[in-house]
Amino acid sequence: MRNSRPVRWLHGPDPVTTADRALPSLAGLAARPHSTVEQSGAPKIESIGLNFYYGHTQALRDISVKLTPNVVTAFIGPSGCGKSTFLRTLNRMNDIIPGARVQGQVLIDGVDIYQGVDVVQLRRRVGMVFQKSNPFPKSIFENVAYGLRINKMTSSASELAGRVEESLKQAALWTEVKDRLHSSALALSGGQQQRLCIARALAVRPDILLMDEPASALDPIATQRIEELVYDLKKDYTIVIVTHNMQQAARVSDYTAFFWLGKLVEFDRTEKLFTAPAEQLTEDYVTGRFG
Amino acid sequence: MDRVVPHFQEELEALQSRLLEMGGLAEERVRACIEALESRDVSLVAQVMGGDEPINQLHIEVDNRCFRLLALYQPMATDLRAIVSAVKINTDLERVGDLAVNIAEAAQRYTAHPPVKKLIDIPTMGTIAQTMLRDALDAYVRRDTALAHAVLNADDELDALKTQVFRDLLTYMIKDPATVEPALDLILISRHLERIGDHATNIAEDVIFMVSAQDVRHHPPAHERA
Repeated sequence: MRNSRPVRWLHGPDPVTTADRALPSLAGLAARPHSTVEQSGAPKIESIGLNFYYGHTQALRDISVKLTPNVVTAFIGPSGCGKSTFLRTLNRMNDIIPGARVQGQVLIDGVDIYQGVDVVQLRRRVGMVFQKSNPFPKSIFENVAYGLRINKMTSSASELAGRVEESLKQAALWTEVKDRLHSSALALSGGQQQRLCIARALAVRPDILLMDEPASALDPIATQRIEELVYDLKKDYTIVIVTHNMQQAARVSDYTAFFWLGKLVEFDRTEKLFTAPAEQLTEDYVTGRFG
Repeated sequence: MDRVVPHFQEELEALQSRLLEMGGLAEERVRACIEALESRDVSLVAQVMGGDEPINQLHIEVDNRCFRLLALYQPMATDLRAIVSAVKINTDLERVGDLAVNIAEAAQRYTAHPPVKKLIDIPTMGTIAQTMLRDALDAYVRRDTALAHAVLNADDELDALKTQVFRDLLTYMIKDPATVEPALDLILISRHLERIGDHATNIAEDVIFMVSAQDVRHHPPAHERA
């Protein structure tokens, strides 16, 4: 019973639940997303009956999905469909939004992240890269070293330097910055700044990397580098990427989830979803027939 | 729903109409070469032999249209399947045009000799091949997978007739060596018609893929599966 699930008030209780009023009808959609994905082994991330509200507005409706470890999953859908909201529920970034509340479960490695999990620890395991690169106004080195320092994750200066180098190499930035590690990060190009943010996220050795439109502000060459990086990183990380660019989703991801009006409409192998989607709504979206 | 990019829809429709124009030309050429063979009409034979250019031009045009649509719009799902299918159907139709020329060439050689026999099976094969081609194109226009499946089934009949033509003509050749040369041309013609049926089959398979995303190629026919 959905109503029997505990409601977690993230930022103070909301006295009225009138969420359904604000949304158009979703009649005709199956209760569960269409999917031909067969899961073998334990999922890295699993959401079960997840509902999410911004005050009175319901942004996510009964999202149940399992994301496989060490693959790239892309979330696509029109603006306001809930894909970024769902991404942010995976490391509880929505907690800071006033009036936000969540219902249902998000399990990472089988553990409900909304039940007694330390948010700081959670975000160390579930790193995030945002649409707009946001380096700290510090040196390149200090940007990457920051998380390691505040979490006291290294015991010596040489270990710290080693981890910074490793992270910059993983983010395919090392060769470009190794001779100017102590220059300001703000002097880097947009694409380099974004890769620096990826290096910063990787430095604390997360399991999962969430990327919210990581290449939308970049030129085609910088975008290609980010996409190559995503491809390379998936052997070590479980990656979830939100993108408006369907070609990008098709290029970088193994699985794709299509969201519409807060509902997960279809979740399938990327190749299947972009060549032969099962749902008419998905077909209409990926072929540009939304009018 | 309305398309966000109406221009793309217009381009797709233009692509489809050019393919159909090509299909109509190919079908007409198959009809003409069989008529020329039956009536021993040398001028019609020459007309078929020299008339491949419009199909060749359309072959290039359709390919260019497909390349342009793929490059500019990066289509997905049904649109992607429609364009990939168009590329393949285009090649099949162009080959049908070439086979009509091959039939006309064989007919030209054949008419230089007295007739080996009254032609019965070869005109039947011509009619079946034309029907298959027409049905495959109708299935394409109407997105009709049932009709496309019917085309696949019709191919067996064409294959059987080809074997029958060969056996039949073999007896003539054994009896009278003077018939060997013209009889071989008839055998070649039956082979070309059977190939036209194969191209119609390919088109039908592409239609099924385009409409339902099912790949039915290289599957054993229903009677063999049973």
